[in-house]
Amino acid sequence: MTVRTLPPLGPNRKLKLPREVEQTLPNGLTVIVLRRPAVPLVELRLWLPFGRAHLARGLMMSQTLLSGTATMTSVQLAAELQKVGGGLSAGADADRLMISGTGLSTGLNRILELLAEVLTGASYPNDEVATERSRLIDGIRMAQSQPTHLVRKALLKRMYGRHPYAVQTPEPEQVEAVRPAALRSLHAARVRPAGAILLLVGDVQPDKALDAVQRALGDWTGDGAPGELPPTPPLEAGPLLLMDRPGSVQSSVRLALPAVPRTHPDHAALQLANLVFGGYFSSRWVENIREDKGYTYGPHSTIEHSVAGSALVVSAEVATEVTGPALLETIYELGRLASLPPKEDELEQARQYALGTLQLGISTQAGLAAVASAYAGSGLRLEFLAEHAARLAKVTRDDVAVAAAKYLAPARAVTVALGDAGAVEAPLAVLGPVRTEAAGP
Amino acid sequence: MAAGRSRIPATKHPIERFTLDNGLRVVLAPDRSAPVVGVAVVYDVGIRSEPEGRTGFAHLFEHLMFQGSENLEKLAHFRHIQGAGGTFNGSTHLDYTDYWETLPSNALERALFLEADRMRGPRLTEENLRNQVDVVKEEIRVNVLNRPYGGFPWLRLPPVMFDTFANAHDGYGSFDDLESASIADATDFFDRYYACGNAVLAVGGDLDVAEATALIERHFGDVPARPAPERPDFAEPDLTGERRQTYTDRLAPLPAVAAAWRVPDPIGDFAGYLPYVVLAEVLTDGDASRLVERLVLRDRSVTSVGGYLGLMGDPFDVRDPTALVLQAHLPPGGEVEKVLQTVDEELDRLATDGLAADELARTQARMATHLLRETDAVLGRTLQMAVLEQQRGDPGLLGELPRLVGEVTEEQVRAAAATLRPQRRAAVEVVPGGGVR
Repeated sequence: MTVRTLPPLGPNRKLKLPREVEQTLPNGLTVIVLRRPAVPLVELRLWLPFGRAHLARGLMMSQTLLSGTATMTSVQLAAELQKVGGGLSAGADADRLMISGTGLSTGLNRILELLAEVLTGASYPNDEVATERSRLIDGIRMAQSQPTHLVRKALLKRMYGRHPYAVQTPEPEQVEAVRPAALRSLHAARVRPAGAILLLVGDVQPDKALDAVQRALGDWTGDGAPGELPPTPPLEAGPLLLMDRPGSVQSSVRLALPAVPRTHPDHAALQLANLVFGGYFSSRWVENIREDKGYTYGPHSTIEHSVAGSALVVSAEVATEVTGPALLETIYELGRLASLPPKEDELEQARQYALGTLQLGISTQAGLAAVASAYAGSGLRLEFLAEHAARLAKVTRDDVAVAAAKYLAPARAVTVALGDAGAVEAPLAVLGPVRTEAAGP
Repeated sequence: MAAGRSRIPATKHPIERFTLDNGLRVVLAPDRSAPVVGVAVVYDVGIRSEPEGRTGFAHLFEHLMFQGSENLEKLAHFRHIQGAGGTFNGSTHLDYTDYWETLPSNALERALFLEADRMRGPRLTEENLRNQVDVVKEEIRVNVLNRPYGGFPWLRLPPVMFDTFANAHDGYGSFDDLESASIADATDFFDRYYACGNAVLAVGGDLDVAEATALIERHFGDVPARPAPERPDFAEPDLTGERRQTYTDRLAPLPAVAAAWRVPDPIGDFAGYLPYVVLAEVLTDGDASRLVERLVLRDRSVTSVGGYLGLMGDPFDVRDPTALVLQAHLPPGGEVEKVLQTVDEELDRLATDGLAADELARTQARMATHLLRETDAVLGRTLQMAVLEQQRGDPGLLGELPRLVGEVTEEQVRAAAATLRPQRRAAVEVVPGGGVR
């Protein structure tokens, strides 16, 4: 066997940001166009502020927005979109209503016309609303049978208490009560250009695309509704909440920790601290509980940014019989980084990963659209990516140590586990107080 | 060209192909629109080649390929990729196993070094094997055993549809088989299937062809030449009568059904196969498709319906035998029998009355968008080209697909629909175990 050595990296490639053109129309709609002509397609994202919208009605509205207008049925809308290789879909969460689509770039004008048709004329026909109501209820029932959904639901409740983020999925009976008239009023109140952001990414000429938007959506009018959310409350650590799911062959373990928004001075250091801890495969925690101990398949740790606050969420599905030991290692790795600075090579590796994945993330039209719309929803523009890269480049070991002590301390964690309480309650109780509740809808 | 019909655009990525002296086939697809590269190595071995008594072994072995190699300790592979700003993974399919990384283009040589090192030989140790058996068991628990509809329908249809071990067995593997796996098994598997003559290397993205060629020669040129093993014939006769299986999923709250029909050989009869790819979209792509309009919107007999080619949803990277699959979730108390009858009725109608004006063209336009979107990502493009090279010797087919899909005629789609008869169908029904927990 010949000993071979790892080749060095070539010089770093410069971060290339696409040309960005932005304009706010007289009706208050902000339009951002990013040109990436790699394939002859265009990605569309319309971000509408949706804070404080009624949960069940908001979700139902996202399911029925494309169900018909005064002049078109849902089937006609879908067929017309298909003709230009297009499609639209809508989704809602506690922050925003998002309409997303993709199509052939030659069909941009038509897609915008159909978007305008929906924005100004969605009619929420009774029959279609009834159909979608049943589908949504079935969808919620399906979600409620998924362990990942149930543990998420319990975690949000523990994290957010009385904040609107605490409950993000309505109960079936709440959906049952939603009538078309309520959807029409919600649409009238909230589907408004003021404060909304339309993003177009792809093989388009920015000036022409702006003109096309102006033509199609210039007549869409109305003021936005006040929907500002209060900041999220601080996390309150307490006993581990164990949701009993008898017969579970795995436990779903979640820890929530405090985090900061993208623009906060601690953010870059926190991002790197999270990577060193468990935010990517080559992290201490993943190497420990997967590659050394085989407790789990896909553990991950992510900083989640929402408009009203950010949080760091640690997630793993672990075998029932090692639930206690898996939590022990998790607390150990959090505590180790919160107590001692990382090694230089660990920091460098995490830094390179953070910088490289920024490049990878914007290397497709869809990726660029995802990043740019997430940024736009927090009031940022793509140029922030370059600023963030510059901050990542400067973070020191001490910065990571300070951020880890502040945000990753296990003493601050809100912990929830979903699993077979009969098997895991006692092993978990060894590590700290446990409160057990029945899981289920 | 009919009025109102979108012109189906094409993208052309230049492609270079060559074979090293040791038999390794190489595909290069330069595209300098973003400073990133994708590297893919695919080996011509998958779930169908697993030995009896070793279900799940191809996938387990894929995990072992990440556990260190000639010059690399355990964990080194991951750290070198991610420490260069890249991401990686591998996946096991019916007919092939892929390994890939995508990185900023200054790390191209590093990725080639890492792939070449494990092509020479992974470090197969008892400790790593036991560790990865545990990890794979957790993967199966999270994806199959601990959730409703786990493995539905990709693990549930094959044993109903096929008779031979190769086609019918559980590709994730039984825990017994996984636990019985030995280092000797792994060594044999590597020796037999992981020959460089049985592999394709593809590199796409921000690269210079001459430089990349020199780097590939440098790192892969001295991988020992080993020929590809002969690939067995996995053919099976078509069904002559309907096959139906029902099982209770103790976690599932609602009924579901999947039905599958054999389709023409995707490689040997591509022209005969392609109409089925289009048919699946005519039936299920969006609100204006046949089955969504009928079953979801009109009858409300299902809450969702989907259709696709290939048991793993892989229309252009699977060999014969394969299938067109339809799957649907039903509302509470929904009747599977009725849903299947309606599907038959709709297929009949399609075969007899043909398509509406525009129906085919709009479906083809939408398919073009999907195909183009997949190729925008350097990694998606690179992986697909590697498999197309391996299975067809034609990586350039990727760029031709939107056009070829657009050339499928109404007559061909009707003829395809006419073959999806109940007596050729394999169906699996999920009975909800009531466990809304």
